[in-house]
Order: sequence, then structure tokens, then C-alpha cells
Amino acid sequence: MADVQTLNTVAVGTDPVTDRISGPRGAKPRPKLSRRNIFIYGTLIVVAAYYLVPLYVMVVTSLKGMPEIRLGNIFAPPVDITFEPWVKAWATACTGLNCDGLSRGFWNSVQITVPSVIFSIAVASVNGYALSNWRFKGADTFFTILIVGAFIPYQVMIYPIVILLREIGLYGTLWGLVIVHSIFGMPILTLLFRNYFSSVPEELFKAARVDGAGFWRIYFVIMLPMALPIFVVAIIIQITGVWNDFLFGVIYTKPDTYPMTVQLNNIVNSVQGVKEYNVNMAATILTGLVPLFVYFVSGKLFVRGIAAGAVKG
Amino acid sequence: MQSVSIRDLTLKFGALEVLKSLSLDIEDGEFLVLLGPSGCGKSTLLNCIAGLLDISDGQIFIKGRNVTWEEPKDRGIGMVFQSYALYPQMTVKGNLSFGLKTAKVPKDEIDRKVARAAEVLQIEALLDRKPSQLSGGQRQRVAIGRALVRDVDVFLFDEPLSNLDAKLRSELRVEIKRLHHRLKNTMIYVTHDQIEALTLADRIAIMRNGIIQQLASPNEIYNRPVNLYVAGFMGSPGMNFMEGTLTGGGPDGGPQLRFGSTSIPLDRYPFAADARPEKVIFGIRPEHVSCGPAAADEPFSADVEIEVVEPMGADTLVWAILDGKEFRFRVDGHSDLDEGDHVRIGFDPARASIFDAGTELRL
Ligand SMILES: Nc1ncnc2c1ncn2[C@@H]1O[C@H](COP(=O)(O)OP(=O)(O)OP(=O)(O)O)[C@@H](O)[C@H]1O
Ligand SMILES: [Mg+2]
Repeated sequence: MADVQTLNTVAVGTDPVTDRISGPRGAKPRPKLSRRNIFIYGTLIVVAAYYLVPLYVMVVTSLKGMPEIRLGNIFAPPVDITFEPWVKAWATACTGLNCDGLSRGFWNSVQITVPSVIFSIAVASVNGYALSNWRFKGADTFFTILIVGAFIPYQVMIYPIVILLREIGLYGTLWGLVIVHSIFGMPILTLLFRNYFSSVPEELFKAARVDGAGFWRIYFVIMLPMALPIFVVAIIIQITGVWNDFLFGVIYTKPDTYPMTVQLNNIVNSVQGVKEYNVNMAATILTGLVPLFVYFVSGKLFVRGIAAGAVKG
Repeated sequence: MQSVSIRDLTLKFGALEVLKSLSLDIEDGEFLVLLGPSGCGKSTLLNCIAGLLDISDGQIFIKGRNVTWEEPKDRGIGMVFQSYALYPQMTVKGNLSFGLKTAKVPKDEIDRKVARAAEVLQIEALLDRKPSQLSGGQRQRVAIGRALVRDVDVFLFDEPLSNLDAKLRSELRVEIKRLHHRLKNTMIYVTHDQIEALTLADRIAIMRNGIIQQLASPNEIYNRPVNLYVAGFMGSPGMNFMEGTLTGGGPDGGPQLRFGSTSIPLDRYPFAADARPEKVIFGIRPEHVSCGPAAADEPFSADVEIEVVEPMGADTLVWAILDGKEFRFRVDGHSDLDEGDHVRIGFDPARASIFDAGTELRL
């Protein structure tokens, strides 16, 4: 080791010992308030405020009584906190003939969303798996058609589907809407799964085939456990998409089976009586609660899934 | 008995004909290496044997049974891939037993087979780990084990060692050889590493553009390549090639090769073909050339000027000029040759290879 030391001495300078003690060492210090940090955090704060201020206004308004709202200061925190508007929005607000609030719409939406999500993801994941791994005859054509389908504007298909649903007797029912959502979710979900499964090394699939596994065994035992992050992504996309849908809900269901979004619209836009802003705000927040909840619970997984797709795809 | 037999196998990807009417017989217990440049169709051939690709034409027999239309699992083959291809979410044990579980083998038998394979490959301590917790060498052992537990007739290896570093590669190479001695299964092994090919193979098949150029023992391929392509492909650094003319009138009246002002007597060369074309290509391996005092004893010797000396540890590669042409030869590791020196080199033309310049076939 001695000669290494001498080499260092020659290279560093006249007095290596003091150099070593006083010179920079360890992690480079960074100023807390650099221009860069101010810029980054400034931007983040502005963007966060942009989204949070309206939410704040909604929350405080929904907790005020009507007299307080008439004072006109929308930013002021509520003086008398009341949950009356929330109860009303959920249970007694009137839409047309029914006066049972959003609760009916909520359960309708649940009954629409759950089967739509399960059905469309089950089919799309098998589609994606078959398209990327089994390369059956006509696979490319099939995929092209599916993707073209994703680019056709919904409006073009609305009326043909009305006729179709009427013919099979599902027009105006929840199941009709489930079918519609499953069909319209199919292209994007299939694309998502196909890309994910394409990023799985082909040799893994070959190894499983040599090991004797068939179509379903490879899907369930090999591919499915590997694809969990992408399933989470698909579930989130589909839940928020179906829950937030308004157009299909209005068209393909009847007042009894309206999803929550349509009912929300009817409450907010009802022309009879005074506009109850507090009830409207509460109803809106209630409707948005499900996607919000989904994001909070699975946000981390969602990001991870998107990242997994991005890196490998 | 033939273990694997391929008859007129043709495979096309669309319009691209990757394998062209290829026929190949592999003996029971033989270790066959498929060697060739990237894209020549080695993996494709292996996938066809495994049943992972639908062939366009031809037949495949394994153990005398026509398996052309059979599923991979019914062919009695096991396959080991370059990327290991272990199931990431399963433990090593899960990986080893997956094939057996799929075949609905009873549980105690699975345990017994897994334990035996683990013992053979020395991975007993790793059975409960996930593949991500293993080193490259360990992963490849597990991949081999996956073929081992299934008691297959034929092992197919697709560049199994390419992802490993040099030291591990040579270790595992010996282990594969040991495994072959122990199991005596038929093994077909794809590589583009010549050392692997020469050390492992009973026979080597050199492939180019979907056609087998030569199928012979490593010794034969190395010393008696059938054509110019095989001669140039095998060996690193490659053979020295000299274009020349074949004439009579050598010493003892035998044939001789002339290029520039040099003539090489060929009376000791074992001509295999009767044809004596005028234009030929003469090839001699760098390691068959001697240098210094020993050169004078060789049937042919000449003076060369040294251009570059490349010490490579065990030996030294010398780039020189022979009659205006580049000429490489190998000397031992501690030679004191220097750039610019003039030395005498010599070789025995009997160890050379001569090819017809037109057909590129060996004479
Ligand atoms: N699925 C495919 N579709 C179209 N062409 C393919 C496909 N797979 C392989 N090829 C082509 O077939 C030829 C042979 O490929 P193959 O993978 O057998 O080569 P290889 O000899 O194994 O090469 P390497 O040493 O790089 O692995 C190549 O030209 C390749 O481009
Ligand atoms: Mg290959």
C-alpha cells in the first residue's frame, strides 16, 4: 500500500494531510432556498391551489345553511356547520317524480360499474394475452379492427346501439348499459393488456409450453400473477370511466335506472324552487367520492403499474 | 438408433425462407452443437424441433416417432433458454415442479424428482428462493433443472451461457459436459461461441442462411473444413487465405501453388477431389505456422516482415507481411519478436486447406 500512498501524494499537492482534512467530503450540500427550488415548489403550489380551491369552496358551501350562503362570500368558512344539505342530497332531494335523493342513483351506478369492470377486464385481458402470445391467424387484422373501433366517435354509434338493445330487449335496463360500457372499454383495455403481455419475454411463454401448459394454464398461472399492476391500472381506468359516464347513462337507461351522474344533473338543474347551492355541492361531492376513493386507495399501485408498462413496453 | 431425425425441413416467415429443406440425423446420446452467425436460423431450427414453431414442410422424428404435428409437451424434449425464462413469481421449487404438476404427476413423485434434480445441479439450498434472488449462473442451473425433472429424451439448449460472464461460462460449460456424461441424453446445443462448440460437441453442424454447411466432429471441422465459409468461420483469429494458381512442376514434379513470387510445394497435400482448377485459395491456420529456427525444418519456409505484435497471455499473435500480403501466425507467450523485425516462418502444406476459387469447395 505504501507506494499507492506516495502516488496520491504526488498527484494531490503539497500537503496531502491537511488537504484531506479540510477538503470537501461526503454529500454535496444544497442550498434549501435555491432559485430552482423556489421555481419547482412555486409551480407545485400554484397547480395544487388550482385544483384545491374549488374543492374547498364546494366543501364549505355544502356545510352552510341557505341564509349564510345568501351573504355571498363563497370563501368564508361556515359559521353554523350543518349536515342537513348532505342528508338531503343523499336521501330526499327531488328529481322529477322521485324524491329519494342520490341514493337510488348510487346503487344503480354500483350495479352498472361492478359488472362492467369485471366483465370488460376479464375479456380484454384474455384478448391481449391471446393477441400478443398466441399469434393466431388473423390476429393482426382483429387487432387493427379493434383499434379502429377506438377511434370512431361514440356519437356515430349511439343510435344503432339503441336499436340493437331494443331488439334484444335490454333497452332501458342496467344490463344494457353494462354491455355498452364493456364494448366501449374493450379497445383501450385490450391495447393496454396486449402491450403489457408483449413486454413479457417470449421465452417465458415458450418455456411454459414446453412444460406442457395450455392456453388457460399459462394465462392463469404464469401471466396473470405477473400482470397484477396492469390489472390495477385497468380497474382504475374502467371504474372512473364508467362511474363518471353521463352520456350513455342518459341515453340507454330510464329514470328508474339512471346512474348517479344523471341524477346529479337532474338535481342540480332542476328548475323548480330556489337553487339550493349547499345541496348541489353536497350531491356533487357525493358523486365524486367513489373515483376519489379509488384513487386514494390505489394511487401508489396505479403509478407503479403505469411505470411498469412504460418501462417494459 | 437415431434420436432425432429431421427430413427436408423448410420453414418460412412469410416470404422469408429461414430453413431450406434441411435434413439432419442425430444419434442417441449424441451432443450436437449448432454453430453459425447471428440470424442463420439456429434458434428457429431448435424451436421447430421443440414444436414451438409451425413448420412449412418436412418431417421431424424423435426416437423414431413422427412428432411433426405433436405439441411440445408430447415430444419428449426439454428446453433451456438464453434468458433463463424462469417463472418470476414462483420459487425455484415451483419452477422445477411446474411441468410435472401440469402433467398431473403425484405429489410424492414430484418431490422426489425435484430433490434429485436439485442434487444433481447443486441447487438444494436455493429451492425456496425466487428467481430474482438468484445469480445468473444459479438461474441457468434452475432452467436446466426444469428440463431435468421431466426425464426428457432430448435436451435443447439455446445459447444457455451467452448471458453469463466469462468465468461462469467456462464453469457451467464443464458442468453441462459432466451432465451429459452422467445422463447420456441426446443434447442439441445452439451457440455462436466456437470454444463452447469445440469443447462440448460430439459433432458440430455449421449453419449459414438456413443451410447446414458441414456436419462433422470438431476435429474434422477444424482441420478439414469442407468449404471456404467453414474454414473462415472456425478459428480465431481466422485462417490466412492466399489466392494463387495451381500448377505442376514443383519439386519431385508434384503440384505447387504460386502466388506473387512465392511457390508452395503441394506434393504432401492430401487432395480429396480429382479436379485441379487453376485458381485456388490456399488457407493455413495461424497456429500451424512455426517461426524461427524450427521454420527451416518445415517443407515450406519464407521470410516475413513483422508489422504488429499482439501479446495475448498464453500466446502471441503476430501480424506480418508475406510477399505483400497480410499473414498472421501464433508464437508462444514470451516471444521477443518486435515490430519491424524480419523473421523466417514455415509450415507444412499438408496441414493447409485448399479451395477451388470458383466453387469455394475443398480440394
Ligand atoms: N417470428 C419471426 N418472424 C419473422 N422472421 C423471423 C422470426 N423469427 C426469426 N426470424 C428471422 O429468421 C432468421 C433466423 O432467426 P434465428 O432466430 O433462428 O437466428 P439465430 O441463428 O438463432 O440467430 P442468433 O444467433 O442471433 O440467435 C433471422 O433472419 C430472423 O430475422
Ligand atoms: Mg438465436
